[in-house]
Amino acid sequence: MKILVCISSVPDTTTKITFTENNTKFNASGVQFVINPNDEFGLTKALILKETNPGSTVTVIHVGPVTNEPIIRKSLAIGADDAIRIDTDAIDAVQVANEIAAYVKANPFDLIITGKESIDYNGSIVPHMLGELLGVASVSPCIGLNINGTTAEMVAVVDGGKENVTSNLPVIVGGQKGLVDEKELRIPNMRGIMQARSKPLNVVPASGASASQSVNSYESPAAKSACTMIDANNVEELVNLLQNEAKVI
Amino acid sequence: MSVLVYIENTDGSVKKNVIEAVSYAIAYGTAVGKPVVGVSIGNVTDEELKKAGTAGLSKVIKIDGYDYNNHQIASSVLADIANSQGSSTVIMSSSNQGKGAAPRLAVKLGAGITTDVIDAPSSTAPVVVKKKGFSGKAILNVALSNDKNVITVAVNSFGVKESATDCSIESGSSTATDTTLAHVSFEKDTSKLSLTDAELVVSAGRGLKGAENWGMVDELAEALGAATACSKPVADIGWRPHHEHVGQTGIAISPNLYIAIGISGAIQHLAGVSSSKTIVVINTDPEAPFFKAADYGIIGDAFEVVPKLVAAVKAAKA
Repeated sequence: MKILVCISSVPDTTTKITFTENNTKFNASGVQFVINPNDEFGLTKALILKETNPGSTVTVIHVGPVTNEPIIRKSLAIGADDAIRIDTDAIDAVQVANEIAAYVKANPFDLIITGKESIDYNGSIVPHMLGELLGVASVSPCIGLNINGTTAEMVAVVDGGKENVTSNLPVIVGGQKGLVDEKELRIPNMRGIMQARSKPLNVVPASGASASQSVNSYESPAAKSACTMIDANNVEELVNLLQNEAKVI
Repeated sequence: MSVLVYIENTDGSVKKNVIEAVSYAIAYGTAVGKPVVGVSIGNVTDEELKKAGTAGLSKVIKIDGYDYNNHQIASSVLADIANSQGSSTVIMSSSNQGKGAAPRLAVKLGAGITTDVIDAPSSTAPVVVKKKGFSGKAILNVALSNDKNVITVAVNSFGVKESATDCSIESGSSTATDTTLAHVSFEKDTSKLSLTDAELVVSAGRGLKGAENWGMVDELAEALGAATACSKPVADIGWRPHHEHVGQTGIAISPNLYIAIGISGAIQHLAGVSSSKTIVVINTDPEAPFFKAADYGIIGDAFEVVPKLVAAVKAAKA
């Protein structure tokens, strides 16, 4: 089984989000970029599936500039066999999905795992758009995946519950926490880091897909006014404020 | 040339987030000077669909007989109707159904797509809208470069704008099929109130010291009619199920009231809840960062404050 894991480069979850150039650019100065957490669950799942399905390979793909290569090397250190970087600084998810689809049409895979969304632009677009572009099933958000021969058995998060679905391979899975447990997440060890240096990282020119939206400007959410403190022995006052001032209960 | 809005149902019921999407579509239609038409897929009564009239929608085209959770079917049906109506904009909720169908629909229509939008367009040529980003830590003004667009509306952000209108229901048909995905079984969420739908949420963290102490959290939620949530460490330790984890890597919510008990307010937690309309923080530590993001705060021990709060809520509601 050939497995492809799509990874996105995002600001570390502890990052304070600020902007520069008159609020038209994200301020990346001093920001630590990491593998999108939703993608990390997918990468670990792919490595587990490789172990239980002998002969399988795990390839990671990233659409982005050379400056993002540290997250690709980290994926190789965690255990991926090889990597593809599509060389373009993509503007939106539509461009990313079309670039990945163009590559996969020429280089087919049996299972493609993405994150359900990136934690920066939160589009939730890539997994289902890839499914449509490639003409195959897509399941996202997905919290369970088992491969049985040429069939994928998946658990989808749906409105009001969860759904058990199956599909023939190939299939697209949009992962999140639950696809594997947080404590199962793989981290690089020294041997992995050494091996990653010599694993193939192929840089592929972009197919020229275009974006469908661009950011004119960024704003920070409106700041809260000062917190009204209430004495711990006077919780009735809190109930009164929630009823008559905030009018929420 | 109408604007289409997807009137999705969950198990036959049309929820508030869908009426909010209708409100958004009406505002969008007004901005671009076009009428708005609803599309329903799956088995749902006319009476339920007429709820869309409460937000000003006058017409819904209803396609019976499909599984509403099938994104391939939903996107095919919506594409057929958009093409036959000459619609250049399709609007839906940022629910799991909406986010599943929207990307496929955008490809079928050759349209652009933007998700989690919170405000009507500030300009229409090109369309410029505000959307959520960075897990609630930023708002983006995005310009859409395509003439056709699929837009999903963030839940509990734009709000329902009441505008009672008589809504007519017309039957339509579709030949859409999906052979790629077999839907085997559905496990309904057994919690009384779904976290994403809830207008009131009571959430607790490590300050509660153990799974056995959640009784008072449940009691407070019960007294308020609220859903329960938890912080990431609590889900990771296994005190509460993962689907209750709210935050950057859990689910993002924006209820009218969020009560945080024994949660310090790490930046990753705030990212998932900071767009809640009113935030109450109960914590023993006066330096807890969550107080800076709160509207109301109580410095005190949850084990003393919460039972008193349960009694006060019950008394106020009696």
